[in-house]
Amino acid sequence: MEIFNNIIFLLDSMIRLTVPLLLAALAGLYSERSGVFDIGLEGKMLAGAFGAAVVAYLSGNMWLGMFAGMGIGIVMALIHGIASITFRGNQIIAGVAINFLAAGLTVFLGQSWFKQGGRTPALPEGGRFLAIDLPFADALKDVPIVGGIYSELISGHNIIVYIAFAMVPFTYWLLFKTRFGLRLRATGENPKAVDTAGVNVNFMRYKAVLICGALTGLAGSYLSIALSAGFGLNMTAGMGFIALAALIFAKWRPWYVLWATLLFGFLNAAQIRLQGVELPYIGEVPVQAIQALPYILTVVLLAGFIGKAVGPKAGGIPYVKER
Amino acid sequence: MNNTTKILLAGVAIGAVAIGAYYYLNQSKDGGAGDVAASTPAIIYDLGGKFDKSFNESAYNGANGWSEKTGNAFREFEIANDAQREQSLRKFASSGSNPVVVAGFSWAAALTKVAAEFPDTNFAIIDMVVDAPNVRSVVFNEHEGSYLVGALAAMKSETGKIGFVGGMDIPLIHKFYCGYAQGAVAVNPDIELFENYTGTTPAAWNDPVTAGELAKASFNKGADIIYAAAGGSGLGVLQAAADMGKLSIGVDSNQNYLQPGSVLTSMLKQVDVAVANAFTDGTTGTWTSGFNVMGLANGGVGWSLDEYNKDLISDEMKAKVEELSAKIISGEIVVHDYTSDSTCPVG
Repeated sequence: MEIFNNIIFLLDSMIRLTVPLLLAALAGLYSERSGVFDIGLEGKMLAGAFGAAVVAYLSGNMWLGMFAGMGIGIVMALIHGIASITFRGNQIIAGVAINFLAAGLTVFLGQSWFKQGGRTPALPEGGRFLAIDLPFADALKDVPIVGGIYSELISGHNIIVYIAFAMVPFTYWLLFKTRFGLRLRATGENPKAVDTAGVNVNFMRYKAVLICGALTGLAGSYLSIALSAGFGLNMTAGMGFIALAALIFAKWRPWYVLWATLLFGFLNAAQIRLQGVELPYIGEVPVQAIQALPYILTVVLLAGFIGKAVGPKAGGIPYVKER
Repeated sequence: MNNTTKILLAGVAIGAVAIGAYYYLNQSKDGGAGDVAASTPAIIYDLGGKFDKSFNESAYNGANGWSEKTGNAFREFEIANDAQREQSLRKFASSGSNPVVVAGFSWAAALTKVAAEFPDTNFAIIDMVVDAPNVRSVVFNEHEGSYLVGALAAMKSETGKIGFVGGMDIPLIHKFYCGYAQGAVAVNPDIELFENYTGTTPAAWNDPVTAGELAKASFNKGADIIYAAAGGSGLGVLQAAADMGKLSIGVDSNQNYLQPGSVLTSMLKQVDVAVANAFTDGTTGTWTSGFNVMGLANGGVGWSLDEYNKDLISDEMKAKVEELSAKIISGEIVVHDYTSDSTCPVG
């Protein structure tokens, strides 16, 4: 029972740490499937986290905070879109610029508004998403196995967690079962054909990039007003890049994205939970070795196990109607 | 836009950034009275940032308090990466700031080098020893203060399990843990301790998410009090404790007010006093270089009791801690210092 509980707590931690990666990777999925490479996931997340924390702090309303976070994400995505779709700039460079812009602006604005070294003040009551208990969670708590899984693992997260996991089937349905999805994917594979069919390629790409912005903003909001209670300097800490790795790892498919991000979330959680724990036969593993584990496994998995990951054919190439 | 214009514009942009950076490095804190005089004292913070609500903020409070009291201005700088250490030290020393105080053990290498280049400037370093004729090394007996909060935690704990979340995994932070463990074992020999560190790079001072997850892991294992000695990351521990209805212990500055009713106490490390002393001595000609130990006996470390945690501390606990404190000061109890031989007798 002790071991079972430990596993449940580990998986619980995994879910908390997977959500930002999952949302960011799905965001990247929309953008890249339409042919716009997005290395700026990190920056958009950071900007979204900042916007969400500022508005949630000022208004004391978590929903306003969340929508502000998504709004900032969309604005940043729009900048990326204008640079790389309308002006046909290099998508990678535009993405890097977004990252720099977000890293600098959040600290600068945070410091000049709140004078706390770029941090936002702690959120007031109601400014933060709290855990919600699903129906019967209390009643089932003491049932062995099922109770542990349902009450601890599935229930007791905040609403953004459930939204994030619901986004996976929704994304699958939207991209693979609707006309919109077909056009979006075609735009990333063969924009000329899409254009010939009478669909506006650039408009299509804008739609994808804006969805990407909204989702990265949501991922950022999760970090600042659900997982933590306020914005901290550079709080995304490379998650945008890990999400990007997960996206490639998942070969740009929604369900694979879920598994890939869960794996990264699990490694991250294990890294934290394994500190100071005596493992059978091995003894206590040094902290440094455990902390390196996720990165080592990433390299091994990326290099050895997934085979060739081929992105959308027209990815990275701005569409020019006539040459 | 032709190529020449583009290059010209790029040049202008780079120039603007460079000038901005120059003035940023040069900027001074206007602490009330006018211009920055030649012997203005300066303080440079560590990577945690000036407002980390912990170590660096305490240093800032000391400098600011000195400025308000004397009406003199001081200069300050927050480094953004390790490469700026030598650069900023040299910048302040060469522009006539005296004394120059650096907050944090990571400054040792840079200071050793720069102090030799400016023999007429006085320097002070906090949390580290640099052996040079013009350097004052201020070290704190954190193990003594940690001993007291460890005793408090052990008395308060109902599960008999308490935790510790450190920042970067370095000997200085082990010193905190070791003192904490000794204090806990002193009042409850059966206490179970969980020891965790946020990371192994300086980024561990500013990673509240990981620190919060570490705290949740310990709470899940049955701990009900966690001591956070992790700079800015500690905020994540305090938040996790408040969310889960458990208790936490703050560090360096008095952090009781951050999560009222959930912070059992804070281990106070009077960095502000050390900074203010250095500023006062350096500007009034009473400077002394060398080793400067701030311990329980001279008020350098301690524990906090205020309106936010008075309901958490019973009279009995208070009496016991005061008794232990008196014994440490009198030398009856000797708290082992981890950094003296890199071992800890308990935990």
